[in-house]
Amino acid sequence: MTLSLSRVAKTFAGGTKALLPTDLTIAPGEILSLLGPSGCGKTTLLRIIAGLEQPDPGARVLFDGEEVTALPVERRRIGMVFQSYALFPNMSVRANIGYGLKMQGLARADIDARVDEVTALCQLQPYASRAVTALSGGQRQRVALARAIAPRPRVLLLDEPLSALDAALRGQLRDELALLLRSFGITAIFVTHDQDEAMAIADRVAVMRAGQVAQIGTPETLYRNPTSGFVARFVGGAMPLRGRVTGDHLHLPGGALRLRPGAAGQQVFVRAEDIRLDPEGPLAARVEAVTFLGTHYRLALSGAAPDLLTALHAGHSAPRPGEAVRLSIAPDALLSLPAEDHA
Amino acid sequence: MRHPTRLIPLAVTLLACAFLLVPIVQSVLAGLTVNYFRGLSSGLTLKWVGEVWGLYASSILLSIWLALACLAVTLVLGVPAAYALARRPGRAARVLEEFISLPLAVPGLALALALLQLYGSYSGFRTSWAFILVGHVLYTLPFMVRSVLAVLAAIDLKTLEEGAATLGAGPARRFVDIVVPNALPGILAGALTVVTLSIGEFNLTWMLHTPYLKTLPVGLADSYASMRLEIASAYTLVFFVMIVPLLVAMQWASARAQRILS
Repeated sequence: MTLSLSRVAKTFAGGTKALLPTDLTIAPGEILSLLGPSGCGKTTLLRIIAGLEQPDPGARVLFDGEEVTALPVERRRIGMVFQSYALFPNMSVRANIGYGLKMQGLARADIDARVDEVTALCQLQPYASRAVTALSGGQRQRVALARAIAPRPRVLLLDEPLSALDAALRGQLRDELALLLRSFGITAIFVTHDQDEAMAIADRVAVMRAGQVAQIGTPETLYRNPTSGFVARFVGGAMPLRGRVTGDHLHLPGGALRLRPGAAGQQVFVRAEDIRLDPEGPLAARVEAVTFLGTHYRLALSGAAPDLLTALHAGHSAPRPGEAVRLSIAPDALLSLPAEDHA
Repeated sequence: MRHPTRLIPLAVTLLACAFLLVPIVQSVLAGLTVNYFRGLSSGLTLKWVGEVWGLYASSILLSIWLALACLAVTLVLGVPAAYALARRPGRAARVLEEFISLPLAVPGLALALALLQLYGSYSGFRTSWAFILVGHVLYTLPFMVRSVLAVLAAIDLKTLEEGAATLGAGPARRFVDIVVPNALPGILAGALTVVTLSIGEFNLTWMLHTPYLKTLPVGLADSYASMRLEIASAYTLVFFVMIVPLLVAMQWASARAQRILS
């Protein structure tokens, strides 16, 4: 299903503008992620698409060209996975999954067949007859997903579906969820504040900030060609290098870096993985802290730039805290972006 | 060897139990002895219980009927009211919540007087059992609302309902499929409280009753006032047999609802 939004905005009672007028089109079968910090309006946007929240007048929400803006949630034929899963504690796993089908008025036999099918797809057969209260977090998450897709919704909406899980499980289920969503082949919108999740699961990511879409594109595009400092910082954790630009050089407290041409008047960012320890490097820095992460070390460096820099260092040994080191950063790895306020 | 002071709490507990139980046992025994003034030596009999049934069967049945009618009304009014209060977060809903509990703060006699002043002139209504029912509903409704509200407040009702809505359930289906089943422990605890209170209610009922409409406790007062002591005592026994199982069930249901809350 093609989903299009035009001039969708939301002002809450009290005047808070949760969402500024937003236009968005999502292609059939596409998985889009709404990524942003808390309070950026991503959940509000998702809830407007679901019909759980009414947009400000003038907004239009279209499902395959059909206007659904005024349609109540129960008649939109959407599927939704809630952050807390919202499983019905008074029903078994099977009854939860079959509830949407029951609401569609399907015959008992058809419901059973479809529930079996979805249960198998989500690998829930061993738990099908259990009470939902007897499930682990990961199992609940799969039941919530199975329940949402069982009635074959036109669009699947997921509100931070992994955030209620602990970190180890989250990583594992992230890949599982990505595979499952691909296998469903339905249009899906996925809200998250975790860039790894967005990158792993989505075809396209819309990075949101302060009620607006800051940039929308494939994960690669957002990572390699961010159009603003905010996106660079949020996707891939780029760090600002606050210094003076003269000609094609950036002058920092620890030394001067060569820039690509055309950086005048722009703000320069760098990512941790692009900072190299290099005895011949142009920047001097002091090691403040070293963290061993298995595959590499994470170094906190001071003195090179006004702010503390983080560098990832691969290798079998690392400098010790307090040591003086020299750094180099390739000109191609420096992102020159329009200057922004220090938000 | 145990220190004597350790025995003091035990002694106090036993004394308190005796304080509570001795009058009850005495009263029950009085209802079962042939002649109370000659004591147990006169023998035990069920004659007085039979007499109570003969004299006050209508009171017993009226009380059961009133309790069930009161339960039906408090369910129909109380569950949706609790639901509406639980769904509304504002200050007005909290004020209303307190307002519903107001009849608890007013003495039953005053409540009855107010009802008499308001409806006393409608003689058809005044003399029907429905008049007593109104009093009982007024008195028991807060217990139903509070009990259901406590359970509803403890679950994330809004998200559960939103979940059901995304699956195609309209407001009525959500109420039946989601709200009521999840509120059931509260409804059960509330229902048992309402029935127990309605059967045992005296203050209000005594003011509202007519000679032809005596409930169980009013009948008890009547029997003490006008019958021989053995009959009144046998009446107490009948009263216990009806109310004690209800009290036990109420404790059980409240404990069950409490588990949901914690």
